Amino acid sequence: MPAELSVALWRGAEDGRYETYRVPRRESQTVLDVVSFVQRHIDPTLSYRFACRVGVCGSCAMTVNGKPRWTCRTHVAKVAGDGRLEIGPLENLPVIKDLATDMQAFFEKWQRAKGVFEPSRTRLDAIEEIRPDSPARRAADAAIECINCGVCYAACDTVRWNRDYLGPAALTRAWTLVNDERDAGVAARLQAVAAAGGCHACHSHQSCQELCPQALNPTAAIAGLKRRTLAAYLKGEIEP
Amino acid sequence: MTVRLYLWQRATAAVMVPLVLLHIAVILYVSRQGLTAADILSRTHGSLPWASYYALFVAAASIHAAIGVRNVLTEWSPLGERGAGWCALSLGIALALLGFHAVVALVLM
Repeated sequence: MPAELSVALWRGAEDGRYETYRVPRRESQTVLDVVSFVQRHIDPTLSYRFACRVGVCGSCAMTVNGKPRWTCRTHVAKVAGDGRLEIGPLENLPVIKDLATDMQAFFEKWQRAKGVFEPSRTRLDAIEEIRPDSPARRAADAAIECINCGVCYAACDTVRWNRDYLGPAALTRAWTLVNDERDAGVAARLQAVAAAGGCHACHSHQSCQELCPQALNPTAAIAGLKRRTLAAYLKGEIEP
Repeated sequence: MTVRLYLWQRATAAVMVPLVLLHIAVILYVSRQGLTAADILSRTHGSLPWASYYALFVAAASIHAAIGVRNVLTEWSPLGERGAGWCALSLGIALALLGFHAVVALVLM
């Protein structure tokens, strides 16, 4: 294990550049530890985003040696065997400063895909019984653990080429709700994801699936949406 | 791409799968038998099955290619959805005209 790491960090906004720092190498060191060391001991003006440090909040995602990752759950030993790290902001999102990106478009697309649960009952109604082993519930549960970290969005080639594309996270959320038997907004949701920039823009490159820190499969969710929207279109339930 | 374009592209692809296989088989047969253009035209002249086969092929290919090019232009050019749509429509019409002209030449001339 080298005594020091050579760490290139993105500094500035879109027109910024990488600057290199020397950071002591430690046992069980995470990439977030490295970034925090620079901010606390070398340059306090470094901007980045984190909260829980344990892979729950999804706010510390950055581009680490070319791939989007949660920095808190990425050990240096896993990605920097040669002692070199290049850490930048997430791709496909505007850079605010240094390692912090503006995620507004990401969350707006989540809403455009109708990612909000539409209740079919009120608090006065009896609680609906849902069998956890039903096929629909299993499909809904498959991606319920998405925490909107943006890793899949940053990894997606289609997002890079088509700024109108909703992206893997928003579409996966839509697939979760389409399969939720308690939800009353399926028709509007299918209509939203069948429009231009919706699920049919996906090329199935599967970068989202490969890099999702939660090991979710957005590609499969998007494929499911393609099937459901196609069936709804053929039945006349949604407009083209 | 909308669900309607997605359906048309997949449906035309499904139609073309057997057509392409038969087309390749015809190419292999023609080259192995050493048939000349005159030999081929003598077989296709006045043939409703060959006219139908290649007319369907041209129609499916024109639609399929136009939708594919529309996607490429939308993602890789600054044209945007609308501009890419017009370009793709023009390409589809051009392919259909050229293709049907060739079919007419194959069967009627």
